[in-house]
Amino acid sequence: MALTDRTGEGRASLPPWIKTTFLTLGSIAVTMLGLLFVTFIIGRVMPIDPVLAIVGERASQSTYDAVFEELGLDKPLIVQFGYYIWDVLHLDFGTSLLNARPVSEDIARVFPATLELATLGIFFGIVLGVPLGVLAAVRKGSWIDQVARVVALVGYSMPIFWLGLMGLLIFYGILGWVGGPGRVGIFYVDVVPPVTGMILIDALLDRNWDVFKNAFSHIILPAALLGYYSLAYISRMTRSFMLEQLSAEYITTARVKGMSEWDVVWKHAVKNIRVQLITVIALSYATLLEGSVLTEIIFSWPGIGSYITTALLSADMNAVLGGTVVVGLVFILLNIFSDLLYKVFDPRAR
Amino acid sequence: MADQTFREWLVTDTPTSRRHAKLSALYQGWLTFRSNTMAMVGLGILLLLIVVAVAAPILSPHDPFVQDLGNRLAPLGSEGHLLGTDSLGRDILSRLIYGARITLYIVALVALIAPIAGLLVGTVSGYAGGWVDIVLMRITDIFLAFPRLVLALAFVAALGAGIENAVLAISLTAWPPYARIARAETLTIRSSDYIAAIRLQGAGAFRIITRHIWPLCISSLIVRVTLDMAGIILAAAGLGFLGLGAQPPSPEWGAMISEGRRFILDHWWVATMPGLAIFTVSLAFNLLGDGLRDVLDPKAGE
Amino acid sequence: MDTLLDVENLWVKFPTRQGLFDAVRGVSFSLGRERLGIVGESGSGKSMTGRAILRLIRPPGIVEADHIKLGDDNLLAKSEKEMRAVRGQRISMVMQDPKFSLNPVMTIGDQIIEAYRLHSAASKSKAHAKSLEMLRAVSIRDAERVMRAYPHEMSGGMGQRIMIAMMLIPNPEILIADEPTSALDVSVQRQVLDIMDRLVKERGMGLIFISHDLNLVADFCDRVLIMYAGRVVEVCEADKLHEATHPYTQGLLNSLPRLDMPTDRLEVLERDPAWSEVPSVSGRA
Repeated sequence: MALTDRTGEGRASLPPWIKTTFLTLGSIAVTMLGLLFVTFIIGRVMPIDPVLAIVGERASQSTYDAVFEELGLDKPLIVQFGYYIWDVLHLDFGTSLLNARPVSEDIARVFPATLELATLGIFFGIVLGVPLGVLAAVRKGSWIDQVARVVALVGYSMPIFWLGLMGLLIFYGILGWVGGPGRVGIFYVDVVPPVTGMILIDALLDRNWDVFKNAFSHIILPAALLGYYSLAYISRMTRSFMLEQLSAEYITTARVKGMSEWDVVWKHAVKNIRVQLITVIALSYATLLEGSVLTEIIFSWPGIGSYITTALLSADMNAVLGGTVVVGLVFILLNIFSDLLYKVFDPRAR
Repeated sequence: MADQTFREWLVTDTPTSRRHAKLSALYQGWLTFRSNTMAMVGLGILLLLIVVAVAAPILSPHDPFVQDLGNRLAPLGSEGHLLGTDSLGRDILSRLIYGARITLYIVALVALIAPIAGLLVGTVSGYAGGWVDIVLMRITDIFLAFPRLVLALAFVAALGAGIENAVLAISLTAWPPYARIARAETLTIRSSDYIAAIRLQGAGAFRIITRHIWPLCISSLIVRVTLDMAGIILAAAGLGFLGLGAQPPSPEWGAMISEGRRFILDHWWVATMPGLAIFTVSLAFNLLGDGLRDVLDPKAGE
Repeated sequence: MDTLLDVENLWVKFPTRQGLFDAVRGVSFSLGRERLGIVGESGSGKSMTGRAILRLIRPPGIVEADHIKLGDDNLLAKSEKEMRAVRGQRISMVMQDPKFSLNPVMTIGDQIIEAYRLHSAASKSKAHAKSLEMLRAVSIRDAERVMRAYPHEMSGGMGQRIMIAMMLIPNPEILIADEPTSALDVSVQRQVLDIMDRLVKERGMGLIFISHDLNLVADFCDRVLIMYAGRVVEVCEADKLHEATHPYTQGLLNSLPRLDMPTDRLEVLERDPAWSEVPSVSGRA
């Protein structure tokens, strides 16, 4: 009797956060493993002979066999998968077949470009999308609600690569207001030392205003484009979350207290949608980080999206798989981060 | 007079048979839907699209594949070519009209494959529970963790470029959300009393899933599919744009934009027109989806 | 007795597809330093009456009245901004379920302090001290801990006492209690009522007690308005409720089991459509 009591106590004394942490870590590990498995299978299914890609068409059978063995292709699939995981854990994605450099180095170079673009994009999306959604909910049925609805509908329906082309045509080709494709103009390439890999920040660190201005004129159009797409989604979701909160009883309580409508909305209602908003924002940030493939191609932006696509089109499998794993990892990390923020903003989740 | 009584028969509060009740409910839904102007506009555009696709040979002024290098990149409104010609002198309007067939083909195939796959996985997962559920949902999560376009790209690259493979790739990335929805619905339905009653009458799992759970999942799936259509069209166009979807000389809209991209600064209409076509059709699907949601799934509406 | 509130010919209307729906139809009453009960079944317009006084009916709802006088001020003539000085400070309201009427993501302390500071220039520390004092006044023992807690950590009874503390902290003249105990366990209902009663008496406030529970109201209030279909059908002193003459009130009374008059079968309330056609009875004291 006393014994069972003690074990019960012992279990209770284990802080609950340890258990949740273990559960979260376990689920991340499983998802990650699945991600690797799928990329591994895609790599094996690809109708490209990795040996042939290395040794070339005219290699002798013995060279071919040597490389075949070196790559571990003679081993059973499960062993090959083991090797693959081992390599990935060491951040070793193999060498690019295209330029013979380690894929991890390539990714370290292109990822900051995507990060810079996506971050600026999501910044536009949040700064404009959240207030628009809140206003649309507060003034439900008014002209601003209609405008928000049209903005979102057009955003959901417009092919991004086409809108990008039109943007380039109008703002670069005709009006000349912004820089063209690429991250900076040709005279500004490699002027500032790459510290973070994000040109805007590097230029600031170097106090080189010319580069900053030029880089900004290049990033503004693609970032605004990505921002518009996340704005459409964020404003729509914000609106429906807000409508749900505005009909809640605690809102009446705040009004009964004699609070101004502005404070009721921004201090009480908005506080209650933070958790849901975080999920939405994390999701669209993840989409921008991974899915800006088309935008990057239109704007010749040397980010991870165009890296993966170029690699795909030239059958550089190591680069494709490496890029995909990194993107998947970013997605999972963002999910964990938003889970953590939950606990900060919602006392009920603690 | 007969018309009047039929209408009254439809809107009655006291249906006389199951079919009567069903028809009446359908009619009431149609009335709600019809009062939504935007949704009707969407429906109109889509019906028009189907007509255009079916009657393409009659409607198009030129053969979409015939080149006329002497008359390449003709501007809008030039003689015989209302929307001008592309870099090989092909009539853009005719290509757009034939392109409607490809768009409908892709949409119809994806709309068949993805929701059915999702429905299967979701209902089995939700009904079976236990480790089957855990395994299936983990797989769903893994697919969700992938960047959709990149995954589609990888599959197309693995299977080879082409319209059928593009459809397959898009379906592969599109099914997980349907599985999630179907599973959630199944979980609520599974524990309801009438399912228990059916089970007591000796119905097996297969019968319960196909006859009692699937019909109830359908309406939320239809709404979701309609709302996803726009995304499917955009994804297909994106693949076409990257050269991984329909192959030239096929008049697929995304591929047409890709062709026109090279001349965007001097001959803007070549890329603009197909873009407008894509925009119009996906907008129509979005409008229709909004309207359908209001009718079929009022809870989810705002 | 001095009159705190005087309502004359109050109407609350909502547009529907079938035209305007009248939720409250020509209600008049006055409130002194007393406990006025408003009883009726759901949909009788009793809650709407309470909310209309605070002008909380949001568009497209319409509130009309000859006047709603708080002292000498006609509330209907006030701008929205002037109304904010009335809400909380002069008229306050406690709602049904503390689970929903407290903001789930703010600490209880922050919510009470906010209620106080909206109507006073007091410093944060003074507001904090005042809030602690108020929590103790509603019989909350470890007030310091409760201040830091979140609503979901409170029981229903605690939550409602917190709500009362929050609504009384600016020291209003009138408290509207809209079904304040309906969501609570029977065991704590009485306790919450006693606390509310004590505070209202100590401060010389007027109380409008809205409830569907006839016995509770008869027990707790001084005067009772009985509402049916948006109208006041009968007004009487609470202790003379059993002498009520209106068939609706009698029906309500007869449909309740009584220990002192056991019957084999309770009566089913018969509703006469004619009741909703007769003009409202004035509820003036």
